[in-house]
Amino acid sequence: MHLPTATETRHRLLLPVLVLLLLTAAALSVALGPVALAPARLLKGLFGMGDSIAETIVIDLRLPRMLVGVLVGAMLGLSGAVLQGYLRNPLAEPSVLGASNAAALGAVIAIYFGLAGLHPAILPILAIVMGLGALALLFTLAGRSESPLTLILAGIAVSTLAGASISLALNMAPNPFAAMEIMTWLLGSIENRTMGHVWIALPCVVAGALLLAGSGHALDALSLGEDGAKSLGVNLGRTRWRILAGVAIGVGGAVAVSGSIGFVGLIVPHLIRPFTDRSPSAVLLPSMIAGAALLTLSDVAVRLIPTQNELKLGVVTAFLGVPVFLVHLLRERRLW
Amino acid sequence: MVTVSLQSISVRLGNRAVVSDISAYLAAGSLIGVIGPNGAGKSTLVRALMGLVPISGGAVRIDGTAVNAFGREELARQIAYLPQGQELHWPLSVERLVALGRLPHLAPFSRMTEADHAAVETAMARADVLHLRHRNALELSGGERARVLLARALAVGARGLVADEPLASLDPGHQIDVMELLLREARSGALVIAVLHDLTMAARYCDRLLLIDRGVLAADGLPADVLTPRRLADTYGISAFIRQDGAAPLVVPMARVEPQHRAD
Repeated sequence: MHLPTATETRHRLLLPVLVLLLLTAAALSVALGPVALAPARLLKGLFGMGDSIAETIVIDLRLPRMLVGVLVGAMLGLSGAVLQGYLRNPLAEPSVLGASNAAALGAVIAIYFGLAGLHPAILPILAIVMGLGALALLFTLAGRSESPLTLILAGIAVSTLAGASISLALNMAPNPFAAMEIMTWLLGSIENRTMGHVWIALPCVVAGALLLAGSGHALDALSLGEDGAKSLGVNLGRTRWRILAGVAIGVGGAVAVSGSIGFVGLIVPHLIRPFTDRSPSAVLLPSMIAGAALLTLSDVAVRLIPTQNELKLGVVTAFLGVPVFLVHLLRERRLW
Repeated sequence: MVTVSLQSISVRLGNRAVVSDISAYLAAGSLIGVIGPNGAGKSTLVRALMGLVPISGGAVRIDGTAVNAFGREELARQIAYLPQGQELHWPLSVERLVALGRLPHLAPFSRMTEADHAAVETAMARADVLHLRHRNALELSGGERARVLLARALAVGARGLVADEPLASLDPGHQIDVMELLLREARSGALVIAVLHDLTMAARYCDRLLLIDRGVLAADGLPADVLTPRRLADTYGISAFIRQDGAAPLVVPMARVEPQHRAD
């Protein structure tokens, strides 16, 4: 065997570094907030041995918020990495298949008809149902075609339909407060989340991640195109079903508790890829961890940046997306 | 030893019959060339053989077993396939790209074993691409790229190899390299099927040629028997300089002629 090169060492360090980053982000998320808590009070509160105020802040406010951030970020990062590999398009992200927009529409319907007020679980459940509905529509539109282009076109159709319906809801909103509520929800945030939200997102994200996780070998084989992948033993029909179902369920569950948080799925695989051998399977697990870390850190930033109105998480991640597009453009133009 | 038998297979794409009633028995240890004009159905024939397009009639049998009775992975381990104009989507290193050939042998979530790494090394050595190991596969020259993709197919370690136009965009030196390589594979006991456009190369290296014309098998046999002036005129619409040179004929296309014209 040959000695590991500098590149291979870098590849081997990636996972430990990302895990460390995620742990730091999670710790910061629990430690920082508008109310400053001393480390000792914080730790006591975390383990249920502190005063009731510290306990309420840490257990009821900060812990669920951190957990929701980790779950949503992990799902967005993983599905972005899977979709970029599957569609063989570096600009793919969960929203290209329409799942995020459709899930958002489900939430908007819940707010619009006042259903969201009846029970806190109605909004997320409606979001997940709409995400699955979008998946069924996508399968119908794309038919049996195996080309990524057909799928992208079908995804844009589904996404546009959902987006248009959201605009319609805003247009027809019964009063400015309903419109405002919809707008605020659409911006995307994980503020004031409870353990109830964690329990809604967790099964969806776990199921979605399990469906997606086994696709690594198939994605690698797809680097050689459809015929190449098939001749390497990949069942393309099954691969497609697993990936689309995984994205719809996982992202549906994530959007249901966080609103539309864009660009995480797009950015994260790009940040990870240079530290791997660039094969689609090598990007999956690191993107999942990095997605969780990025979203948690962005959420910490939301709390730390002093603004008049509260800054929304989806707005911060959208700004993070801009430099990634620019770098991609510069590379395409061979300027960098 | 792998054998493939095509039993009067037909393939329809849309409403068009692309391959009609082709039968052939292909035995291990030989280099078999599939030739014919553009659009004759050569690629469709080999894709049907690989189970990549559904056949509308007949049967493809590998070692006596119908091809659709094999699982995809099992079939992938039996016969390696090099598609025409192979696309590449990510800037993988050459070594990583060749290692994709081991995918049919990997269980889900598992990594490559020592044996897999050894197979990759052997394949790279056979295709003479060891020195390109760390290069970005998207930045190779045409000749390097063709040899790397061939190494990817060899890494499967299958007993059969189907290569669709492996000589496309290669200079004469590299064409000879690739044909020598395919011939060595055949001589070591593999069944090698290559779709070829270069009649000179096909005539010099192949043990047997299948000439396809408008979806039917126009001729099947030794190069000297298949490449007659009349058949070249009827199928390709060309005349050629043909000379028996030792064991293999020398065939050089010369000019356009009207089909059905007897050049001899």
